[in-house]
Order: sequence, then structure tokens, then C-alpha cells
Amino acid sequence: MDPSTTVIAGKSSLRNLLSVNDLGADGLHEMMRITDFFAEVSARPIPKVPVLRGKTIACAFFENSTRTRLSFEAAAKRLSADTMSFGVSGSSISKGESFKDTIMTIDSLGADAIVVRHPSAGAANQVARWVSKPVVNAGDGSHEHPTQALLDCYTIREALKEKSLSGLRIAVVGDLSHSRVARSNVLAMSAMGAVVTLVAPRTLWPASLDGWPVHEITCDLDPILAHTDLVYLLRLQVERGAGGLLPSLREYTATYGLTARRAAMMPKGALVMHPGPVNRGVEMSSEVAEMPTTLVGHQVANGVLVRMAVLYYLLAGPEGVDAMDVSRDASVLSDAESASLVALDG
Amino acid sequence: MADVLLRGGRVIDSNGERRADVLVAGSKVQAVAEGLSAPTGALVLDVGGCIVSPGLVDLHCHLREPGQEESECVETGTRSAALGGYTAVVAMPNTDPPVDSGSMVRDLAELGRSSLVEMAVAGAITVGRNGSRLAPMAEMASLGVKIFTDDGAGVQDSALMRNAMEYAAGIGVTIAEHAEDASLAAGGQMHEGSWSSRLGLPGSAAVAEEVMVARDLALARLTGARLHLMHLSTAGSIALVRQARMDGIQVTAEVTPHHLSLTDGALASYDPNLKMSPPLRSAEDVNAVRAGVAQSVVDAIATDHAPHPLEAKEVPFADAANGVIGLETALAVALTVLVSGSGPFIADVASGEDACVEGASAALGAPPDGAVGASGLLGIQELLALMSWKPARIACLDHSQGGPVVPGSQANICVVDLDAAWVVDPDRFASRSRNTPFRGWKLFGKVLHTICNGEPVVLDGEPQR
Ligand SMILES: [Zn+2]
Repeated sequence: MDPSTTVIAGKSSLRNLLSVNDLGADGLHEMMRITDFFAEVSARPIPKVPVLRGKTIACAFFENSTRTRLSFEAAAKRLSADTMSFGVSGSSISKGESFKDTIMTIDSLGADAIVVRHPSAGAANQVARWVSKPVVNAGDGSHEHPTQALLDCYTIREALKEKSLSGLRIAVVGDLSHSRVARSNVLAMSAMGAVVTLVAPRTLWPASLDGWPVHEITCDLDPILAHTDLVYLLRLQVERGAGGLLPSLREYTATYGLTARRAAMMPKGALVMHPGPVNRGVEMSSEVAEMPTTLVGHQVANGVLVRMAVLYYLLAGPEGVDAMDVSRDASVLSDAESASLVALDG
Repeated sequence: MADVLLRGGRVIDSNGERRADVLVAGSKVQAVAEGLSAPTGALVLDVGGCIVSPGLVDLHCHLREPGQEESECVETGTRSAALGGYTAVVAMPNTDPPVDSGSMVRDLAELGRSSLVEMAVAGAITVGRNGSRLAPMAEMASLGVKIFTDDGAGVQDSALMRNAMEYAAGIGVTIAEHAEDASLAAGGQMHEGSWSSRLGLPGSAAVAEEVMVARDLALARLTGARLHLMHLSTAGSIALVRQARMDGIQVTAEVTPHHLSLTDGALASYDPNLKMSPPLRSAEDVNAVRAGVAQSVVDAIATDHAPHPLEAKEVPFADAANGVIGLETALAVALTVLVSGSGPFIADVASGEDACVEGASAALGAPPDGAVGASGLLGIQELLALMSWKPARIACLDHSQGGPVVPGSQANICVVDLDAAWVVDPDRFASRSRNTPFRGWKLFGKVLHTICNGEPVVLDGEPQR
């Protein structure tokens, strides 16, 4: 039933990116490789390629997220695509007005791909049923945020000498049950070979671990720190400290906050990540936030690169990716490939 | 009204099964025997090989009138019922305004004149269904109301529910409960379990239902009230009712066709037409509910027909209204998934295997993800008991509904072709709404004729008014 279950096995095509599961391990590695290419492009004096010239990317944001929207728009622009943006703050739509009508309007305005952000889980799946254009999930309720997971994995890979997550011991800490970032990251990290442990108070555990490929889940952070290569801290909505799920923010911080004392329990060189924005003094102390092994800043920069890769892959397809490979390391080209190469180098 | 002769059918009712012609004259069954000859001017229907049964009785439907006529009204809802083989329905009181007073009961009786089938009205337990003050149950009972419920929500205040039961026991009426603890269910959009954890949809745990079932059973034991538990959906609820029966508590229970045929795995499509309260449960729950049906822990299959306009369903899942329609599919779904030999499905949840096969065919006619297969748990007579004469007794309609089909009985009859296969096409429903979870399903068993108080309201699958 899921319209995007076509997996990139070999060179079959990915229609939508709704869940990290749409990519699978092969697709994730492929996406890392394409991101490497765009990282190279972005290092050029003019960090822009005309590969999606004439295409229009629509960002339909039914939930505010300036950061994510700007990141997608920047990615589209660097690929020379036009952008069309719809945001709840920038228009008269209110919750309850027709979500479907808005999507159908965007569709008929000629968008070639639709990036959707929505507070309801499954919203991007619904959009993918209604339109035939590629759909990218930019966050749907507590379900998934696949491009966040891609950029996190890319950032981790970049920070490691071996450029591989294989065998990496990762602890994901915090509000697991309400976090789309957690769900997407667990899927991506484990598909790329990491061994993931979940850490949270019981009230923030998922109801079941079916579909969560993890090594273990625990309430106790301190004992695992010595065997953890990377701590991924989830953002805690401060309302959770109101007493329903957590006695207080203070108690959460005392038990799960990454302080300098806790960071010192980790192996030397261990990494710290957070999807941002950080609640300093809650998920991590300011000292930890300032550590060189804390990768929050890199994540933002890499966000544009992975989103370039995703948009390029969905719109240019496997042929585009093949041509891109050729442009990098081959000297003999077919006509079609040279055409793409010209586009890429232009 | 012309006489009607049903020729050559298999008559199945609480007396058993026999091959006989049935002659209907006026509003009564006049004769039941083999080889009856047709009186002059009689409408003769050849029903060779078909089931001739007492008309079905739905304990639980929402006809939406007054107040929500954009989704249904008495006329369209009861036409839908007649097409589904029903000759009587109990209309839920959560209309706008709700049925919580004598004058509203009288208004509904007036609206009932447009009904194609016998329409009984349930009254609210509390004023405005607000859960804070008892509604005038005795006044409503004096106008014929037999069942009281705040359906749409459970009665949250335990002391008030105790008083409602004491009062109801005193006047001889039944309290029916939508068992759902609002604080435990708060925010839930689907069953809490492995699928909610995968799909990121906030869950409503089985205990939200079971806590209230347990409380109500304890109160029923204390007060001696007749308690009817609506749309039970969990293994725990079935176990509680089974025990309560052994303890001699006066309790009856209903389940719905959708809780017998679909699991929470179907929600992987995020289709709002699969959103209802109580939610679709796990495969283990579905099996327990089916076992409850097979072992007579469950007394009735009721539709919980809950129409909603497209605007309430073609929205993000979180914003979608709860509820599905069911009057036109209930019998066929129940036949297809419960009765021996008539099921087209391959997926078998009874084996403990998860019903949601990723990437399974969504082609027309194939059961979608989350559909669970035929189990051969019931004979046809047992199923008809659950959909006709048992609910007729619970609704106190058994003077006119539920058969048996014998001379002198009220002519409320449906005729079903068990072998006819059909594909559910919501655009052909008589209901004003389209929110079925069974779109595209291939089902077995088609209602051919429905006779209500002697009047053929449906002939050859077509409504006659
Ligand atoms: Zn209900």
C-alpha cells in the first residue's frame, strides 16, 4: 500500500522519500555518495549547478520550521531549481481548512516535487497518494524526518576516519516516543551498521520496539557511557517537564542531561550530536555544547548537501546519478552522458 | 400491499433450518410450508437456494438526524439498513441536539416516519451527554426507550455511572456503555502497540477500554442493572465478560464487523477511513474477539455505522473524524470472515502471523493490508443469531423482530444469496457517506430482498423507496 516501497536496489528508482525504509541500506550508501559529490560542488567558487534548471520544487510546510524550509530552499537553488513555498504562517490557511485542496493547488501550479512538513503522522504518505510527483517527507508528526537522519549519518561519517558507521556504538537519548528524528535516525544508523542503544525514562519509551532495529533499550544512561562512541541527544519539549510524563525538567537533566562529568565517562574522542536547537542546561550543558567533538554546527551545513542529493536523486533519477559518476572519473562518454556532464559542470 | 410468496428458500431462524416457501400477507407471515401456491396478485419471488431469515437487527447505528444531515439522515441511513438486510435499527442518541429528554424522543419518533425499517431510539444517560447529570430516563422510558447510552464517549464519573445503573435497574431499562477511559485514551489515534510505534501515531492502549469494562462489570454486579457493552475490541475485554458471565452478572456484549476483520496493521496506509473508536486492534485481539463470538461470550454483531462527510475524512490523519459506516457491508463481511467456506482471504491471523504484508496487492478485490482471513468459526445459523434474534432481545424488539419465521409472526424477513460475490463500491451505497474501510473488498453473501412489516423495501438488491 505504501506508494514509495520501491527500494533503490541497484538502479531501480525511488519515487518518494517518506521513510528511511524507502532507501534501505543500499539507498542510504548511495545517498551518502551523492552527497559527497555535492559537497565537492559546494566547495567551488560558484557552488551552484544547473542540473534541475526548469524544475520547480514546492515546499509545503503545514508546521513552522524555518530552518528546515530554508535548508530545502537553499538546496533547490543550488541545483538551479525554482522554488514555491507554502507555509502556515505566510498564508491564511488554518488547521481544518483543506489540506488536500492546498496540495492539489500546488500540484496544478506545476511543482515537479513536493516537500511536505506536517504535524500529523502520515501526512506525506497521504500526499503521495494524491499526486504523481515525487514527495519528500520533511517531518510528519511523531513519525519520521528522513532527511534529518541522512544529514546526521552524513555528519557522523564525515567525522570518522573510517568514513563508516559500521560497528559504531550509538546511544540515542531522550523523548523517543514522540520523536520523528529518533525513529528515522534509528532506522538509518542501524541500516548503515551502527549498534544503537535507546536511553529514556520508561514514560518516553515507544510502546513497542517492533520496527525499531536496536541493540537494547534502557532507563540508565551512566552505565553505558563507557561503551558508547556517539551520544545522540534528542530535543526535549520543555512542556514534557510539567509532571505528566516527567516529574520535572530538573529531574530529567539530573538523570539524562549530558554534563561534562558524564561526557568524561565516554571513550576519548567520542562524539555528541543533537538535531538542534539545543536547550542548553537541559539535554546538554553549555560546556558540552562547546566541545569540539559536539557536532551541532556541522549538521546544519550538511543539511543543504543531503537535501541537494535527495532532490537530485528524485528528479534526475538513476540516469542522472550514473552521469554524475561518469563526470567525476571517466574520460569516455556516451552522448547522453556528455549532455548530463555539461549540465553538471556548467 | 400485495401478498409476497418467497418460493424455494432455506428458512433459517432460531428454530433451525428447513426448506419451505414463505407466504407474507399484510404485515404477517401467513404460511410456511413446502409447495405453497401463490394467491392471485401475489408477488412471487424465486429464492431457490437462498437463505430466508428473520430480518437483521442493528443495536448500534448513528443516523445523524437531527443536526448532522450532511453525513446521514433517517431516510438514507435506514435505506442503507434495508439494503444490508436489516429490518430494525437502534439509533444512537448522540445527535445534535442529543436525545436526552422526552421531547427529543418524540421528535425522533416523528423523524422515524421517514424510516424504511423499524427504528428504535436509544436515550442519553446524562443531560447533553456531558457526563455530569442524569437525563430524565424514566420519562424517556415511558415513551418506549429501552436502552440508554452516552455513546461516542464513556461515562467517566464512576459515582454517576453507579447511580445511572441503580436508576436504570429500578425502571427496567438497559445501560449501554462505550467503554473508554478518556484519560487513558487521550490523544490516541490508533491502537497502542507495535504498529503505533512504527507509524508514529499516538496510541490508545487496550487498557483504556478494559479499565472501564472492569469498572462497569463491578457496578453491574453491585446494582443488578442490565449492562450492554458496545463494540468490544480487546482480548482483555472479552476475558472480563467471559468471567462476568460465570459470575452471573447480567451483561451482554456486541462487537463490530471491522473489529472482526481488520487489524491495526492496516493503518500503515494512514487512510483516515480506518480511524475509529475503539481503534482497530492487534491480531491477538482480533483472534480473541472472534473466539468470543464463537464461544457465545459475545451476544451480537453491531455495525457502529458512523457516517462522516468527505471533509471529515480527506484530511490529515490526526484531524480525521472517528468512525466508519457499515450497514450495507456488515452481513457480507461477517459471512466472509466468520462463516465456514465462504472466505476469499489467504492471510491467516489465527496462525499468529502478522496480517499486514508489506507491499501486498492493493488491487480491486484483494483484501488490503491488515485484512484478516476467513476462519470458519461459525455456522450460518449462529451468525444470524448474532445479527438478528439475539440483538432483537437485547433491544427488547423481540415482539416484532428476530423471528422465528412461523405463521402469525411479524413479517420482518431478509433473503440472502450466500454464494453471490460482490466488490464493495462506496459510490453505490445508499448511505449519504462513503467512509467504509472495505472499499474494493470482494465479499460473499448478498442481500436480495428485505421485507419490513410485510412491505418489500428491497427487491433484487434495489431499494423500493
Ligand atoms: Zn461508541
